[in-house]
Amino acid sequence: MAAYLARRLVQAALILLGVSFITFLLLYVLPADPVRQIAGRSATAQTVENIRRQLGLDQPFLVQYGRYLAGLVQGDMGRSYLQRTEVATLIWARLPASLLLMAGGILCELAIGLTLGIVAALWRGRALDQSLMVGSFVAVSAPQFVVGLLLLYVFAVRLGWFPIGGYGTFAHLVLPALTLGILGSGWYSRMMRSSMVEVLRADFIRTARAKGLGRARVVLRHALPNAILPVIAMIGIDIGIFMGGIVVVESVYGWPGIGQLAWQAIQRVDIPIIMGVTLVSATAIVLGNLLADLIAPMIDPRIRLK
Amino acid sequence: MADTTLADRPVPAGIWRRLARRPLALLGLATILVVVLGAAFAPLIAPYGPDEQLFEGLTLQGAPLAPNGQFVFGTDLLGRDLFSRILYGARTSLVIGVVANGVALAIGTVVGVVAGFFRGWIGAVLMRFTDLMMAFPALLLAICLAAIFTPSLWIVAMVIALVNWVQTARVVYTETTTLSEREFIAAERTLGAGSARILLRHILPHLVPMIIVWGTLGISTTVLLEATLSYLGVGVQPPTPSWGNIIFENQTYFQAAPWLVFIPGAFILALALAFNLVGDALRDVLDPTQRGRD
Repeated sequence: MAAYLARRLVQAALILLGVSFITFLLLYVLPADPVRQIAGRSATAQTVENIRRQLGLDQPFLVQYGRYLAGLVQGDMGRSYLQRTEVATLIWARLPASLLLMAGGILCELAIGLTLGIVAALWRGRALDQSLMVGSFVAVSAPQFVVGLLLLYVFAVRLGWFPIGGYGTFAHLVLPALTLGILGSGWYSRMMRSSMVEVLRADFIRTARAKGLGRARVVLRHALPNAILPVIAMIGIDIGIFMGGIVVVESVYGWPGIGQLAWQAIQRVDIPIIMGVTLVSATAIVLGNLLADLIAPMIDPRIRLK
Repeated sequence: MADTTLADRPVPAGIWRRLARRPLALLGLATILVVVLGAAFAPLIAPYGPDEQLFEGLTLQGAPLAPNGQFVFGTDLLGRDLFSRILYGARTSLVIGVVANGVALAIGTVVGVVAGFFRGWIGAVLMRFTDLMMAFPALLLAICLAAIFTPSLWIVAMVIALVNWVQTARVVYTETTTLSEREFIAAERTLGAGSARILLRHILPHLVPMIIVWGTLGISTTVLLEATLSYLGVGVQPPTPSWGNIIFENQTYFQAAPWLVFIPGAFILALALAFNLVGDALRDVLDPTQRGRD
């Protein structure tokens, strides 16, 4: 176990190193000049050169990357070109908002997805099951921003139940979390349904029935705990999909999280921030996958760690 | 060919017949057909040019018109007919859907087959690279690439292809490794077949059903990604209409003119859903191991 964990952590570090290298390379090669952004249009060639030298952007690629890495291992993600603040400080300030949105979104998608999946499994083959599964397809196929705007229009603009975007109170969280939740629920309801269907066919369920237990007790006490765990273990893998959705949902609702930070940085070619957010997201994805792999054998002892 | 065996024909006959028995798949196919026809004959169907700013397309106060008899989907902020723009926008969605997904599929298949069949250091390098790509926040990467290039239709398609090949590579890799270990491949080798023959005549044909399924499902992902990039303003650039950038152009006004957001939105959803429904039905029809499971 310890050896496995150590190997996976080394792997994760290597993957993150690769991600940092590729992102840095892309941002270096691409035809956008951050110095022009900082200096402004009217800057003289001399000013542009000075800024370039100050930021170390006149150095060869490998020197720049080496410096970045050297900073990174000491926990220094560099400074924003335009905001004159440490990137780590900026990300740290925005992280709670994004984590809150993520927690809300995951809670919503589990609540909606698992419930619908269980209902569909129990009414398998009936009209209810079929319409729920079509519904799950709709959720999987819906563009995030359209769902976001739709909820915003109906519940904030028309009905006035929730504020139109922003951040601060619980009411602000409901619509963005629900948007992420509805979209993610399609995936979970399908997995929950097939997991539940499989468990309901197992021998121990037949035994429980044969003992004379009621249907409700069999479903709630025997089938559900077995069916639900493998689905919940998928949350780790889901994080990657979530990181993408968060950029869009934060932009629709004006939610001040790291997605918005990244989006603004991309528009202004603020490379240190783009690097920082990419690395934070990649870390979340890698750790999520690792977590999913670690949890799997705890739930199902037939799965062995390799 | 005389030596045609079961192994050479992994795509079963009668797919269309079996597909036709699924109402949802038919609904999906019909939707795709309508969108394709609309896009192909856009100049004939569209009542106005997609960029034509109509005088009667705005109220006297300069506000867009809600759907009515003359403009079935209403008009946008510049007084252009939304129905005409949706028709031309379908071209963007379909071209990107097919091209970007085709490229992604090709990259994914090559990477997966090479890594799965030859293994060794090539395979190890390719699969480590695939793992690395899996850790990338895909949407963030796409936004970043699209924003920094000045995005044209083709650049958007390439950006999407670049972030979307990973899933295909992984499934093709898994399938190829299992196939390579099957007896009939070993038998071929014993009979003296070379790698090229085994790959082209035996491995690739077996991958075809899976590639068809992933190709169909992938178009849905691609359509959604294009719409998202265009909605953020880094996808296909106006005045070329795309369903995503119609929403991008009009979203500031969406409280007063919701049709400008929700009509194109409904089209994006319908097209993505259609490809998902068809892809799912194809998976059931083409993959015998899935059949009868639920």
